[in-house]
Amino acid sequence: MSHPPRRRAARLLVLLIAASLLAACGGGENTPAPGAASGSAAPANTEPVKLTVALFSDFHYGPLYEEFKKTHPNVEITERRAQFNDHHNNLVTQVATGAGAADIVAVEGGFIATFREVADKFHNLNDYGLNSRQSEYLDWKWQLGLSKDGSQLIGLGTDVGGLAMCYRPDLFKEAGLPTNRDEVSALWPTWEQYVETGKKFVAAGGKAAFTDGPGEHFRAMVEQAPVGFYDTSDKVVVGSNPDVRKAWDVAVSMIQNKLSGKLTAFTPEWTTGIAKGTFATMVCPAWKTGVIKDQKPGEGTWDIAAVPGGGGNQGGTHLLAPKQGKHPKEAAELINFLTSKESQLSLWKDASALPSLPALYTDPAVADFVNPYFGDAPIGKIFTDAAKALKPQYTGPKSGDVNVAMGNGLGRIELQGQDPEEAWKQAVADSEKIK
Amino acid sequence: MATRAPERPAPPRRPGGKRRLTARHWRHTVDVKASPYAYVAPFFLLFCAFGLFPIGYTLWVSLHEWTLLDDEHTFVGLENFRVLLADSYFWNATFNTLSIGLLSMLPQLLLALWLAHLLNRPLRAQNFFRITLLLPNVTSVVAVVVIFSQIFGRDFGLINWVITSFGLDGIAWRDGTLSSHVAISTMIMWRWTGYNALILLAAMQAVPRELYEAATIDGASSFTQLRKVTVPMIRPTIAFVVITSTIGSMQIFAEPLLFGAYTLTGGQDRQYQTLSLFFYENYMRLDFGFSSAISWMIFVFILIIAGINYLLTNRMKGSIR
Repeated sequence: MSHPPRRRAARLLVLLIAASLLAACGGGENTPAPGAASGSAAPANTEPVKLTVALFSDFHYGPLYEEFKKTHPNVEITERRAQFNDHHNNLVTQVATGAGAADIVAVEGGFIATFREVADKFHNLNDYGLNSRQSEYLDWKWQLGLSKDGSQLIGLGTDVGGLAMCYRPDLFKEAGLPTNRDEVSALWPTWEQYVETGKKFVAAGGKAAFTDGPGEHFRAMVEQAPVGFYDTSDKVVVGSNPDVRKAWDVAVSMIQNKLSGKLTAFTPEWTTGIAKGTFATMVCPAWKTGVIKDQKPGEGTWDIAAVPGGGGNQGGTHLLAPKQGKHPKEAAELINFLTSKESQLSLWKDASALPSLPALYTDPAVADFVNPYFGDAPIGKIFTDAAKALKPQYTGPKSGDVNVAMGNGLGRIELQGQDPEEAWKQAVADSEKIK
Repeated sequence: MATRAPERPAPPRRPGGKRRLTARHWRHTVDVKASPYAYVAPFFLLFCAFGLFPIGYTLWVSLHEWTLLDDEHTFVGLENFRVLLADSYFWNATFNTLSIGLLSMLPQLLLALWLAHLLNRPLRAQNFFRITLLLPNVTSVVAVVVIFSQIFGRDFGLINWVITSFGLDGIAWRDGTLSSHVAISTMIMWRWTGYNALILLAAMQAVPRELYEAATIDGASSFTQLRKVTVPMIRPTIAFVVITSTIGSMQIFAEPLLFGAYTLTGGQDRQYQTLSLFFYENYMRLDFGFSSAISWMIFVFILIIAGINYLLTNRMKGSIR
């Protein structure tokens, strides 16, 4: 990528023109400045280009491809999809062997750290002027797309998975707690207050547990801290980071006060429990509303309040361009287009993908969106508030594995009756073994 | 080519009816001697490419610090094996594998024998029953595990529903070591009992009828006949079934993985993590050196078990003849 600076500047200009053009296209149909379009497009965009896009589910990109082709008639786009885990495993293999990767690949939040490790296997999108988009993004989302040293931009964010707390008004009512979502949110500005609420719930003596299990709560607490499982030099600091220990202690107090229903997410007991009402609250990333709906608990059975501790995120995707791709310029343009304000807004409407651009959070389509299934909860506002409030935290390469090791420790206290201090030691040792 | 027969008109000079190395004859010899190898070659070529080579290469990888995404692979000798043998989680997985293997194999064998014995008698709709035996085996593992996970559920499972209706406490199947092993063994038995029963049935049908007739005249009951006539006569087949199911039990993977809702550690306490799952956990961390060492240890275990089986079968054969 050693273009003389002048040419790079020219490319940048072309790109900016293209971007502003796209932005303009958002409102009316094929409106202004046809001169600029032909002027910028004519010389470079004549030879046909084939781009493949590899995703792990239906992202509802179909209509956007058509839109993109209007300005890039020479680009042909094919999409391929694989199951979530297969998709990411395939990508690891493709990157390692240097063959077979698509021109644009989707990487989910749980995997992005793995690929940041090998930033040199991806095109640096800074070379195609995409660093201009930084100001539009949620800061932490933008950081996730950078190489470890921050010098390269390997991916642009699509959606985020803002965090909330789902709860059952019926069970709250039985326990004499408020049922209105604003009053419920007011019950637990902090996690300690969440535990206190749980104690009241348990004291009321209902059959249901206050929450499913402590694992997701622990994860959410850690992710709200300034430093998580890793420090910026990729060292696991689980054992020495006081914030991790604090989260652990709160989680242990949840177990000891019998707030937890001893359930592991996605086991049959857990999924059935959603409909049967064996637990009253659970940590809820935006996508979990879909899981709840699938269990058919009935309209209004679950409602959504704010998550304690102020904000949070789980999941969300980036688009990357592997270096194997022969058409980095077109790939960068397509990434830029798919993550643009207009595209993210239309994806929110089509696919309920929560935008990662704060400017959209005030858009009435997001801010005023209510979901009747969850008692008309303003989910657009709740989840974007959570995403906005999250402070960026450095994510180490194997955060997911560390999280499993810690969650297993909490599980052992709860299900196998292990002593909390021993469980902590074992969990820390397990985490530090992960390399 | 150098061994080609010298010149054609040679026969008269070779008295005593010695072999005549004519070109035709030579071709015939080659055909007889070499063709069989040519016929089996396709399999062995494929086996070398997809069986032997990977085994050797895995050994090579296991001697390295080897992460998939790193370009450099440092040679570390037997370090991976040293770490592995000192890893209590590895021995935990070995114990779980053996425990689940035994728990599933013994009842499975007895049940299969009994089923085969029942089906070996004149029955109405015999073929229907025999086909039914095979049905669990053609069902996808995933479907089997998903359904059994529901049945063994703690809060809404069928079994706990029965238990609690007798006023007893339900069992948290997934959380205990023994209880989870029993649950997983049940899934394995469900799939493989019928299959093994059919193999045993085939062997039973080869047992001469006269033996049973004689036994009946002597007043032996059906059970005595099974014990004293059938089992001794089909011993080699029983040995075969035992060998295949032990090797199968070394590879138990999908059942614990799906039973734990896709967690790679096989429970919080690794209470049902088998060797294959332990391997997969490390493989998913892209730690190829260490996972190769694990797969080599599994290979060694299989060799040991195959060796023990071989000795036992030899002894069994000896006692028959």
